[in-house]
Amino acid sequence: MAKSKKTSINRRGFLKGAAAGAAGAAALVVQVPGVNAQQQAAAAPPQRGTAPSPSASQLAAEAGPLPVDAEILTVENAGSDFMVDVFKSMGFDYIAANPGSSFRGLQESFINYGGNKSPEWLTCCHEESSVALADGYFRVEGKPMLVLAHGTVGLQHASMTIYNAFVARTPVFVVLGNALDATQRRPGVEWNHSVQDASSMVRDFIKWDDNPVSLQHFAESAVRAYKISMTVPMAPVVLVADGDLQEDSADRSKLRIPKLTLTRPPAGDAGAVAEVAKMLVAAENPVIIAGRVASTPEGSKLMVELAETLQAPVQGGGRNMPNRHPLSGGGGLANADVVLGLQVDDLWGTLNNFRDQQERSSKPIIKPGTKVLSISSYDLYTKSNYQDFQRYTEVDLAIAADAEATLPSLIEACKKLITGDRRRVMDERGRKIAAANAAALERARTEATYGWDSSPITTQRVSAEMWNAVKDKDWALIGGGGSRLWNIDQFYRTMAGGGAAAIGSSLPTAVGAALAHKKHGRICIGLQNDGDLMYAPGALWTAAHHRIPMLLVMHNNRAYHQEVMHIQRMANRRQRGITSAGIGTTITDPNIDYSTLARSLGLYGEGPISDPKDLGPALKRAVERVEKGEPALVDVVTQPR
Amino acid sequence: MRLTIFLSILLLISSVASAQTPAAPAGNAENGKKIFTSYGCYQCHNYAANGGAGARLAPKPIAFQAFLKYVRHPADQMPPYTTKVVTDKELADIYAFLLTIPAPPAVATIPILKP
Repeated sequence: MAKSKKTSINRRGFLKGAAAGAAGAAALVVQVPGVNAQQQAAAAPPQRGTAPSPSASQLAAEAGPLPVDAEILTVENAGSDFMVDVFKSMGFDYIAANPGSSFRGLQESFINYGGNKSPEWLTCCHEESSVALADGYFRVEGKPMLVLAHGTVGLQHASMTIYNAFVARTPVFVVLGNALDATQRRPGVEWNHSVQDASSMVRDFIKWDDNPVSLQHFAESAVRAYKISMTVPMAPVVLVADGDLQEDSADRSKLRIPKLTLTRPPAGDAGAVAEVAKMLVAAENPVIIAGRVASTPEGSKLMVELAETLQAPVQGGGRNMPNRHPLSGGGGLANADVVLGLQVDDLWGTLNNFRDQQERSSKPIIKPGTKVLSISSYDLYTKSNYQDFQRYTEVDLAIAADAEATLPSLIEACKKLITGDRRRVMDERGRKIAAANAAALERARTEATYGWDSSPITTQRVSAEMWNAVKDKDWALIGGGGSRLWNIDQFYRTMAGGGAAAIGSSLPTAVGAALAHKKHGRICIGLQNDGDLMYAPGALWTAAHHRIPMLLVMHNNRAYHQEVMHIQRMANRRQRGITSAGIGTTITDPNIDYSTLARSLGLYGEGPISDPKDLGPALKRAVERVEKGEPALVDVVTQPR
Repeated sequence: MRLTIFLSILLLISSVASAQTPAAPAGNAENGKKIFTSYGCYQCHNYAANGGAGARLAPKPIAFQAFLKYVRHPADQMPPYTTKVVTDKELADIYAFLLTIPAPPAVATIPILKP
């Protein structure tokens, strides 16, 4: 690494250029090493069409010995080729990146040495989108995606969605380009794009990072980073790819790629699991609250098996169990005598009612004496600065383990304890819950009729029309828009939830999710908020460029509506200006034409649609385009919520 | 979940109160529709008053006295609208607007809502 690469002008080439007297002469005023100003003046660009012959001194210089450093113009076995082999060994499918010079060596290796396959390059228009794309891909596929970014300005863009992925427990493998050796940096921009400790900016919300100083170090840390990111609770990791390591030659005979062995998620301690089973079986009104439990279809089946074993309601929905299962939903927390939380992000917020008035107050939803049990891998890893860990929850028994991995032993322990008497009680309970859930579904149908023909269009109608457009296809939700009226009968119909409510992340997350569904030929559909889309609409272009079929239905309420309500709340409390909440919170004047925006970025676009009668036919046309492999967007002007 | 509880409470208030209280004072529905938007009611209840982040208000709103009491001193998450910012007359206008909102079509008449 000590060698100098400063001499960037090849003297032979320079003199040839001078002799040719070609156009583009401005480039020829570069100071040439070993040539003084007078000599350089003599070699100044000739007049057009009057190319002089080289002078005697120039010819002597041309024929003389060359400095050793001037000969270093090409490289074999670039270090970044080895890096690509390291990444290929871990089975990455894709790289999401906005191009950046700090990782130019690595990019060239991926596309040429690596053949742009496994992983394949996805061109993103913003690093925030790159990370969210990777996040969405994992939420469906269960495999991390690589993200490349500058260690400085790229990471600054990416930081918000890295935090969002951290809160969602999503592994994203971020690689940062950097130029650590100050003597090797190009003057100007490369200094601005260099940093001593690149990962420091995001270290509070990643699980691990490293700054390797050799290629072998890089290989070992890359494999370690992958392993750590995929160990529950999962989270993003960052690895710095130093510029010299990328661009210098590698001695492959001294390098090897370590074997990757992923850790198996920890199951709960047998004794503690038996205690949980005892309390659940003895309970009269147990309620199961499911957070991010099922990470596989098998996990969803286990969740159903636990519910059916106990005939207990499961709250939390998502992809933990089919939403039309008789035990999906229902069961009042107020009457619960045992509550089991499984991988719940905010158990306190689930068990308490918090009132956001001038004097904030809260009261428990559960009755005194209710036993609260928790099985969660989140207890295994907590950081301190960012407060995503939520309020401390008092529980009666906590098992620090992965809930999905613990379900088989918990189900078995419950089955062993269930007597004939308890079975009869449980079956009766299950019948009541099933009846209540069936009634709730009917009520939801009736609720959807309110405002059915109104304009702007109600979100309930939008959801019903979306469902009608895809229900006979093999569909998958890549964002919001689903409701109780949808039949979510397969694990892949919805994607893993969670995150930091990071506005701007939904659109690229949906693109990443749709990419994961592409190989299965599923019709991807999702409701897209207008405010979110406007952060980085370039993700639409990424979907078009990479032929990612998906249908986005705009929830265009022309506002950052959550914030409208917050400002209204403040104005009401202060008893002034209740008509001003739209200042700084609405997206009007001019209204944004999202279908035109989508078309300009290569998508099929329709809208804005304000008349509810026009919505169904527009969605049908858009689905036809998606079935042909295109991304599409239908802009719908909606009621606020 | 908390929203569901909130909605349930309001619907309960609706069914109890409408059986007990006298008729609402006359209000100007046209003005009520206007201030339903300008005063921010639509933000949580939607322009159609069909509910959203807040409770469904129409058709068949709760009795006026219960409506008035709740708006002045909401029991849960709704921000208070005091007499300093909304007069009783204006609330009567809003209430008159809510009374104009027609019943929705029967669920059985909407093919895409059929099971």
